[in-house]
Parts: sequence; C-alpha cells; structure tokens
Amino acid sequence: MSKKEEILTINHIKKDYGSLEVIKDISLTVGKGEVVVVVGPSGCGKSTLLRCINGLETIQGGEISLKGEIISGRQKDMHLVRQKIGMVFQSYDLFPHKNILDNITLGPVKAQHRKKEEAEEEAEKLLVRVGLLDKKDAYPRQLSGGQKQRVAIVRALCMHPEVMLFDEVTAALDPEMVREVLDVMLELAREGSTMIIVTHEMQFARAIADRIIFLDKGEVVEEGTPEEFFENPKTERARKFLNVFEFDTVKGVEDKK
Amino acid sequence: MNIDVLKEYAPAYFSAAGLTVRIALIGIAGSFLVGLLCSLIRYYKIPGLRQIAGVYIELSRNTPLLIQLFFLYFGLPKIGILLSSETCAITGLIFLGGSYMAEAFRSGLEAVPNIQIESALSLGLTKGQVIGYILLPQAVSVSIPAFAANVIFLIKETSVFSAVALADLMYTAKSFIGMSYNTDEALFMLVLSYLGILLPISVIFTIIERKLRYAGFGN
Repeated sequence: MSKKEEILTINHIKKDYGSLEVIKDISLTVGKGEVVVVVGPSGCGKSTLLRCINGLETIQGGEISLKGEIISGRQKDMHLVRQKIGMVFQSYDLFPHKNILDNITLGPVKAQHRKKEEAEEEAEKLLVRVGLLDKKDAYPRQLSGGQKQRVAIVRALCMHPEVMLFDEVTAALDPEMVREVLDVMLELAREGSTMIIVTHEMQFARAIADRIIFLDKGEVVEEGTPEEFFENPKTERARKFLNVFEFDTVKGVEDKK
Repeated sequence: MNIDVLKEYAPAYFSAAGLTVRIALIGIAGSFLVGLLCSLIRYYKIPGLRQIAGVYIELSRNTPLLIQLFFLYFGLPKIGILLSSETCAITGLIFLGGSYMAEAFRSGLEAVPNIQIESALSLGLTKGQVIGYILLPQAVSVSIPAFAANVIFLIKETSVFSAVALADLMYTAKSFIGMSYNTDEALFMLVLSYLGILLPISVIFTIIERKLRYAGFGN
C-alpha cells in the first residue's frame, strides 16, 4: 500500500461537540484506487469522520490533507476542496426542483464552470452506465429510492472527484433496491475509484473492501484486510460487533424435540 | 344608481387605479427585497444585523400603516425631513410589507431540509450559489401562498394613503362623495376598482402556486 500514491491523509484528528467527544483520535491514509470500508456500532463516529473530511464539520485537532495539500481548517476556499471530494448521503437528497440531468450538471457547470453541453454529455454517459438514461428529464419524486441513490452517485462522479465518500448509502433503501446501488459501487471499485465507504452491509463490505477500519467510541480499534477482520478479528470489541450480524438457528432446536 | 354618473366618474377612477397600482407595485417589490434581506439575515443568524432585523420586524408588524404614514408625513418634517405624499406612501408600504414578506420567506427557508444545503455544499458550490440555486427556489415555492396573501393584503392597505393626501382610489371616492353626495355611485366604483385590481392577482398566484409546487413532494 505504501508504494501507491497517497490521496487522503488523516492525521490524528479530533472532533467534539462540547463535552461529547465524537472522534478521539483517528489517523488514516488512503491510497489511490483503494477502497476503505469503515464499520462500527452506531455513534462510533463513522459518519462524522466522513463529514469532517469534506468540511461539513470542523475538527478541533489534527489535520486532513488531500494529495499532500492540507484541507482541514479552511474557510474561504472550502468549496474548491469539496469539488475534489464526492459525497453521497444516506437520504440521497437530490434537488427536488431540478430534473435528473440538471441535478447532475449543476456542480460541473456552476461550481467547476464547465461547458453545459460537455457536462450533459458526460452526465448522459454516466446515466447509461447506471441504467437510468430514460429518466434524465424526470424529477426526483418520480424515481424510486434506489434510482435516486444511483443518480446521487452519478451526480458526485460527474465532478471527477479524487475520492468518493459514501455515508450509509443503502441504509434508507428497501432491501430489493440495495443491490442495484451496491452493484454500481462494486463497478466503481473495479474501475479503480478511490472510495471510503461507511456501511452496515457486512457481506458487501467484505466483497468490496481492500481494507476494513473498525471504529468504536471515536477511535480506530482494528484495521485489516476483510479476510483478517471477518475471519479472525483481533479484538474482543470487533468480535462482539460482528456477532450482532449472525444468528443462531432456532428452527432446528424445535424440530429435534 | 345613475349610469351617467358612473360614466362620468370612470376616468377619474381609472387614473386613480393607475396610481394605486403603480405605488403598490413599487411598494410590494420593495417589500420583497427588504423581506428577503431580513429573512436571510435571520436565517444565517448574522450577528448585529440579526437583532436590528428582529426589532424592525416587530415594530413594523405591530403598528398600523396609518400611524406609520402619519409618522412619515407629519412627524418627519418636524426634524426637517420633508417627503412627498407619494414617497411617504411607498416608504410606508415597504416598511409595513417588508416584515410580512420576511416572515413569508422565513417559513419557506425553514422548510428546506438542512441536508439539501449540505449536499449542495458537497458539490463544491459556494454559499452564494447554494442560496441562489438550491435554498431560495425551494423556499419560494413553499412561501408562495404566504406571498399571495401578503400581496393582496398590501394592495388593500393602500386604501389608507388618502390620509397623506395622495389621490388614490379611496381619495377619489371620498372627494366625489364630498362634492356631489353621489355616495352609491362613488362607493360602487370604488369596490369595482379594487376587485378589478385584486381578482386577477389572486388568479395569477393560484397559477404560480400550482406550477411551483415541487418542494413539498419530497426529493
């Protein structure tokens, strides 16, 4: 991993809301093309970590840099930094007053000052890839949750970000729509996108991750390859956490009696 | 009711209606601007300005337009500021309307979920762009019914302008009554004139409201 170009470096960051420490001390380096999946119990600081990276939250200590340039603690030109960081939220949050194509091209045209035709052309290509070209003139309210989330991913991609952040993007979706969104992310990973993913889908985490980060109470408790983490978690806390996702069968017990 | 009298009065009412509409238009446009400014100041909690906006809104909403006009027309000259009837009328209407519009904008701004702002920010838009492309369009669509109510309210409020000697509709009606005692005809024409102005506005707002009703339908 060390030979790869470093895209994102998080150096001992801290974040608190008054007396509540959400992030105690997190350090993390993400290389180009790497897929890092962050897991952990709720309230462990996963989402806050992502929000700190793109400056939606300010940090109280440490620093974050993108391709060697410090991006934390900025005020004025934070919007320029955010153009290089794609973010997809749990609740998709397309803009309800704009159609799908305008949702996608808003950032490229207004923030990056690219030509409208060029942005639209790229948006259409991306929509083809997620199978939604026929929806380009539709409004968000006419789409299903899974479709909206795929558009939200395309909207972030169209900005050509250095790194993509996914904040529990399937948590608000019906089970049958989860797959279509995860498939898009798997394809991005295969193409070499740099991604940081917060998720509760453990099977998916295992399939997509190059590296798993296990957070608890605002700290990195364990870090490793998916195989290491899921087969042989080193810490008791990780073991306990993973147990939550497994069920002992109850049916067999009844039958044997 | 005498048709000939109505015919005789019509031109005077027409020109008075023109004046009423002109002053209402300027006053309402000004109210929108002042209201937008105040609501954004309060939305972003800009220190200092926020308190000023708060005091203004309370002062403006809790005093009658007539008293505000008296202050402008009879009060200000005492400290050497002499305003024409028309300037008084427009200033008074903006002073009153600004606070009502601020409250209308506020209801819209508060209806826009914070995550909309955050997802616009994460696209790398500047704060100004977020306001212009995301926040305001959605807020306005929520505020339209309140805008409509305010616009109609403000136009009706113009009927007190005769108190500062402005030859508006009310003033015209009053002077006809005073001159010739044709009370029925004068008042009939007055009602007709206000309806003629207000009904189309109601209809237009209903159409706008239907067209812009996107924000309430989820994303």
